[in-house]
Amino acid sequence: MLSSLHLALPPAPLFFAQLLVGLINGAFYAMLSLGLAVIFGLLNIINFTHGAQYMLGAFGAWFLLTLFGIGYWPALIIAPLAVGLIGIAIERVFLRRIAGLDHLYGLLLTFGLALAIEGVFRQEYGSSGLPYSIPAELQGTVSLGFMFLPIYRAWVILASAAVCGATWFIIERTRLGATLRAATENPALVQAFGINVPRLVTLTYGGGAALAALAGVLAAPIYQVSPLMGSSIITVVFAVVVIGGMGSILGAIVSGFALGLIEGLTKVFYPEASSTIIFVIMALVLLVKPAGLFGRAG
Amino acid sequence: MARDRAAWAWGVGLFVLALVAPFLFYPVFLMKALCLSLFACAFNLLVGYVGLLSFGHAAFFGSAAYITAYTVKAWGFPPELGILAGVAVAAAMGAVTGWLAIRRQGIYFAMITLAFAQMVAFFALQAPFTGGEDGIQGVPRGHLFGLIDLNPTLTMYYFVLAMFLIGFAIIVRAIDSPFGQVLKAIRENEPRAVSLGYRAEHYKLLAFILSAALAGMAGSVKALVFQFAALSDVDWTMSGQVVLMTLIGGLGTILGPVAGAFIIATMETYLGETGSWVTIIEGVIFVVCVLTFRRGIVGVVAPYLTGSRQRSGCHV
Amino acid sequence: MRKGLAIFAGVAAALLLSAGAEAQIKKDIKIGVLADMSSLYADLGGPGSVVAAKMAVDDFGGTLDGHKIDVVSADHQNKPDIGASYARKWFDQDGVDMITDLTTSSVALAVQEVAREKNKVLMITGAASSDLTGKHCAPTSIHYAYDTTALANGTGAAVVKAGGKTWFFITADYAFGHALQNDTAAVVEANGGKVLGFVNVPLNTADFSSYLLQAQASKAQIIGLANAGGDTINSIKQAAEFGIVKGGQKLAGLLLFVSDVHSLGLQTAQGLQLTESFYWDQDDQTRAWAKKFFAKTNKEPTMVQAGVYSAVTNYLNAVKAANTLDGPAVIKQLKSKPINDFMIRNGHLQDDGSLVHDMYLYEVKKPSESKGPWDLYKLVATIPGAEAFKRPHGNECPAVKG
Repeated sequence: MLSSLHLALPPAPLFFAQLLVGLINGAFYAMLSLGLAVIFGLLNIINFTHGAQYMLGAFGAWFLLTLFGIGYWPALIIAPLAVGLIGIAIERVFLRRIAGLDHLYGLLLTFGLALAIEGVFRQEYGSSGLPYSIPAELQGTVSLGFMFLPIYRAWVILASAAVCGATWFIIERTRLGATLRAATENPALVQAFGINVPRLVTLTYGGGAALAALAGVLAAPIYQVSPLMGSSIITVVFAVVVIGGMGSILGAIVSGFALGLIEGLTKVFYPEASSTIIFVIMALVLLVKPAGLFGRAG
Repeated sequence: MARDRAAWAWGVGLFVLALVAPFLFYPVFLMKALCLSLFACAFNLLVGYVGLLSFGHAAFFGSAAYITAYTVKAWGFPPELGILAGVAVAAAMGAVTGWLAIRRQGIYFAMITLAFAQMVAFFALQAPFTGGEDGIQGVPRGHLFGLIDLNPTLTMYYFVLAMFLIGFAIIVRAIDSPFGQVLKAIRENEPRAVSLGYRAEHYKLLAFILSAALAGMAGSVKALVFQFAALSDVDWTMSGQVVLMTLIGGLGTILGPVAGAFIIATMETYLGETGSWVTIIEGVIFVVCVLTFRRGIVGVVAPYLTGSRQRSGCHV
Repeated sequence: MRKGLAIFAGVAAALLLSAGAEAQIKKDIKIGVLADMSSLYADLGGPGSVVAAKMAVDDFGGTLDGHKIDVVSADHQNKPDIGASYARKWFDQDGVDMITDLTTSSVALAVQEVAREKNKVLMITGAASSDLTGKHCAPTSIHYAYDTTALANGTGAAVVKAGGKTWFFITADYAFGHALQNDTAAVVEANGGKVLGFVNVPLNTADFSSYLLQAQASKAQIIGLANAGGDTINSIKQAAEFGIVKGGQKLAGLLLFVSDVHSLGLQTAQGLQLTESFYWDQDDQTRAWAKKFFAKTNKEPTMVQAGVYSAVTNYLNAVKAANTLDGPAVIKQLKSKPINDFMIRNGHLQDDGSLVHDMYLYEVKKPSESKGPWDLYKLVATIPGAEAFKRPHGNECPAVKG
């Protein structure tokens, strides 16, 4: 266990290769924390079901392929849409009822939903992964000199960066985003302007769920489609969101990628600690700046 | 008062039931339920009476289990010393975690406790003495005070019952004391309590340490019952389970967590063979409880049984 | 009142009254299949093992001395505390007499402690760790189908002798992985090879990329996969993604089952060498039995599942011959003569609990060599039991220590 702690600097190729792998993990953290941050920032809901929605996205891709023969590229659009609809249903049926209450009720409710959804899938499909192959167009590796980089993983980094960028742009720079942000701060006033705030809330939750599902489809070829994939990543994603600042979109994106890199770095020196380093950082951030690195105070 | 007499009658009845239970039900199941009950009661002290939701309580439960398992197996401690060791370590951890976590409120508090629990889980996985994925197995039950052999199931059951009652009594005493009153005051309106001169931080920290120590006691006893300390004892899903048990039974009621723990233990023991149904049912119960039964089963049923409109006083 | 006690009393009374033969089997016989039913090892044992056990009971006749034989099963989820809980409840409450399958070494070790306490028979066909018959050996527990010593002496020795001198291990971080790594390292070093390093990986990991990168950086000739089931499948698939084999290193799947190879496909798995104690297409006897299994499950059997059938059959025969369900007596009966059936050839039960029998070294066929979806192996060598189960560092089990 402690025997694999490397105190000397490892060879440069391994160093960069691990960082690259860390960046790939970071891409998923960023996408998932983005969805969480959007939901929390705009709706004040702590969405524990996010992990299950990520898992549903991956399963969606798997169903589409196995049952209907629909491949990866259409799945990238269909699965998130489907999960988004499920998210809308969840908001309408469950979340609306606890709207005015303390945050923690939302946490517990979504935790319960996550357990139930994961349980159903585990009952049907067991807890080890179902295979989903990399789409033909993205197969193969590219030699970078210091490592062979699978093309699919490079695609994941690019795709998630694009999605994160687009989401940030929509929320921070467009009129729609401005309306959303205003509705968070003062729903009554925005409603008075004739904007249907409850519908906005529902659509936003659905959007966050769709983002999680998109991450799930991207993950399917790498991480195997498994009912446990949500619960194994959700605590890390929470930590990322807390570090970035619970309502901050930019914070989630930056922290996601950064923490992926840090995790990769840890794998070079002390592999076993890599799963915990994020929590150590989270605890430190909470003690020093609880609003998070990019969070607004209060 | 009628209410007190009714409560007393229920208490005596339950005690008699506890004494004869091992002849009616599978004793190992009962012992598991009692350990979980103590764990849930300890957790309830913090969430129901102080208003702090910890998402990492399994860290105290599991660490104590590991400490007791190791001291008894590798160092030959007798069971009572093993349990003391476990409780002491859990209390110490509670002091450190509490001191750091109390500075924050609500969701941030929960997140800090979760972070610490994850770190403890990591330590449990890596440290050589915990046996990693294999856990610490074959923990001898030993002789209590050098005299009473704890290996026979019936003897062990009564010992576990005694430990539960001791822990339970401590909690009841704490709640009904001036200390408990101050805690409730802090939960209802902290600024006001502070303005009256109470140092809220100290009270919260003490409650946290007490809760951690008792959770540790539950873990230590469990290690001796099953002669096993495993990673699932420190896993965050165990933390989630104790939240569930308390929620089902009733936050802020005395017996609520016991009821919740028994329900969960029953499900796990008798439904466990049907696969993931336990998880599904737990999830559904969570959802239902949050939406409707926020006072939990005991919170709703108790007024009818004791013939009064008892304030369950739960408030997250 | 415990149900078992009531049945015991009733049947004993009936027997006394009937003044019939002096049978000492006084209750219905229950066999427990404790396996991973839903996770990464479910395909190599799992529900298939339950089918095999029931087949064995049916083929035995379903009853013994007028008592029914039942099969119960449960999912231990690869957690030793859950496995031990089931074992305890089964032995204490539910009248189970023998537990089999027990895939996952940490679970098998935990259950073995319970069986030791209660003197009940275990017939372990799934778990691999040689510690089960080494430092943790138990008098009523039989390690039936294979163990890490045999894997090391089979695959490990073959790979080293073929020129793979430097090794890096990717190891599942629990009892099984460590045992397999240790036993294989001993064989590698005994044959002039060297272990350059290793990395511990949590059980049921989906993404092996960072571990494979470490293995790549070590520049070892051989990357030894000290894992099994889903973990091995993922390691091999992802190794292909990262160009490990292209870069000149070779993978050694230290524990591979026919279910894994079927899942990977011949394109990916061709050329891999592996050691097993049973292959469905080996000879007429194995084919005949496998046909019956396939009819029920639509899959060919693994050595774990064939092992369960063989173990249950031999157990029931031993109970009948010894005329008792008492653990130590049944074990004594099983030791009294060699075991030879469709699966176990030249089997001798040792005092440490290991069933020494013939093992086989196979190589995965090339796609062009295969005539059907399950035509996957070609036989390279038969390893006689004494050679396969020989431990280079001796055995710590008190029952056999000098």
